[in-house]
Amino acid sequence: MQKIIRWIVLISLVVVALAPILPQFVWSFSHRWLFPSLLPSEWSLEPWEYAFSTSSRVGEAFISSMAIGIVVSLLSIIVGLPASRALALYDFRGKSVIEWLLMVPIIVPGIVATMGIHQVFIRLRLTDTFIGVCLVHLIPCIPYMVLVMSSVFANYGTDLEDTARTLGAGPVSVFRYVTLPGILPGLLVSTMFTFLISWGQYITTVLIGGGSIITLPMVLFPFIAGTNYSNAASISLIFVAPAILVLIFTSRQLGRESAVMGGFGKL
Amino acid sequence: MTTVVLRDLTRRFGNVTAVDRLNLEIASGELVAFLGPSGCGKTTTLRMITGLLLPISGDVLFDGKSMITVPTEKRGAVMVFQKHLLFPTMNVGQNVGFGLRMQGVEKKEMNRRVSEILELVKLPGFENRRAHELSGGQQQRVALARALVVRPKVLLLDEPLANLDANLRLEMRELIRSIQREMGISSVFVTHDQEEAVMLADRIALMFDGVLQQYDVPQAFYQKPLSTRVAHFFRNDNALAGTRRGDVVETALGTLRVDAARVQQPDGQVLVTVRPEDVRLNPEAGSPNCIQAKVLLVVYMGTHTQLQLDVGGHTWLVHSDADFQARVGETIPIELPASRLWLLPAN
Repeated sequence: MQKIIRWIVLISLVVVALAPILPQFVWSFSHRWLFPSLLPSEWSLEPWEYAFSTSSRVGEAFISSMAIGIVVSLLSIIVGLPASRALALYDFRGKSVIEWLLMVPIIVPGIVATMGIHQVFIRLRLTDTFIGVCLVHLIPCIPYMVLVMSSVFANYGTDLEDTARTLGAGPVSVFRYVTLPGILPGLLVSTMFTFLISWGQYITTVLIGGGSIITLPMVLFPFIAGTNYSNAASISLIFVAPAILVLIFTSRQLGRESAVMGGFGKL
Repeated sequence: MTTVVLRDLTRRFGNVTAVDRLNLEIASGELVAFLGPSGCGKTTTLRMITGLLLPISGDVLFDGKSMITVPTEKRGAVMVFQKHLLFPTMNVGQNVGFGLRMQGVEKKEMNRRVSEILELVKLPGFENRRAHELSGGQQQRVALARALVVRPKVLLLDEPLANLDANLRLEMRELIRSIQREMGISSVFVTHDQEEAVMLADRIALMFDGVLQQYDVPQAFYQKPLSTRVAHFFRNDNALAGTRRGDVVETALGTLRVDAARVQQPDGQVLVTVRPEDVRLNPEAGSPNCIQAKVLLVVYMGTHTQLQLDVGGHTWLVHSDADFQARVGETIPIELPASRLWLLPAN
């Protein structure tokens, strides 16, 4: 019974996630596709040739999106891991205030926060820089990482770490042999999703990057705003590829009850 | 071989005093039970012995040396937890070998000692099993082996039998006792089950609300409880108010003789008590310490019959032979043997 439910969940997830991509796929190989024809009247590889050409800047944008995503993920881990552990396992003064503050970036629209930060970043000369963009991406990414990982830590508890300590393991060994292997599945999943949040940022990148930092969404948007659906389709397929890979990779986690998914409930 | 001394050990959580000025000594090789209802501070005390939790004041001494500034991993006090027993990412061999690996024991020597200890806990050849493939009882034994293999100075067990079913509990109890004796490790286990404490421990430390009530051999909790609360925890609520004068106690039901060498309460207001199984029914005529009691209830329990009696306004429980006959409402003579009579402080 549980197995059946798991398959239903998995299949519906795949359908919901993949169905909208199907027309995109057709668009990306079309030259002319007018209503009401079911399939394009003229097929073409042009949209893909364009996407891979230097003039489209897709390759360049892909690399910088990737670099920003990796740096943001690493920074989120460095900041978020200790914080989520503390929030999950310790009681301290002001804990509920911090938990509330973590929700703020989810409640307040990113554009509002980013405009305020813009002023500060100008003074700090962080606008138009790679690191400035990375820092502004942390605003939606860190709360995500902390909320998911605190759920993972709470689920893992401290008994095993305490056991290891009484058996003679120092703090470094406890982390290496007991804590890290225990939280690793959760950490992998939340890191991939953190990467995707950064990957999908548009407004924050435009405001802080000021056009100097070109990411994939910035290359994609003009085509969606315009009318060249074919080029938009090929680029958006490149854009969505990491998300599909993550979905396939984490579908095991999504299909079953796990602490990682518990963390989503908090979002 | 290590003696453990707890001196004025105190721990607070916020405004709650979890452990209050605890003093006790665990002799080398002794098996001590920390007994009490949940929340009485027994697990907190255990954690303070390991150093996982630091006391607000007081000291923990191993062989006379203060451990307060020694971090957990250097104390040599190994704790076996109630839940989350094994490292889930390691197999049985890696689990058991963990402590030795931390000590930097050479691999060959480690494997030898791991297989030796697995044999001792009756799981020979289990090295390559995964933790989740084992039953609850097997996991418990692996956790015990993992603790024992490092030859700890002190072994601490937090409710080691709580999650096991009745049969396994019996088996595990015997295993713990025999290994502990064999290896001579000073050990403490926490339990809320007085029967378990009595059967397993050399000495019992009974705690209520963070305060040590009595620390003694198991027999003492039956024969010589220090307070009505202790007596109650060991299922003795029999009490009769009186005034002690030398080797007699004057009560509303007459004068009772006491063994002055045995009882410890000074002259004055006291409560007289005799355990349910020590009260004599059908005393011979002319026996001393006979009083009249009214039968309130008779319950046949299979191995014995339990009577509820009204003794001078107090309700007493008395165990009799299984075939004892009595009618509810009738008044019967009962004997409180001087050799079994104990005095509690009046409160």
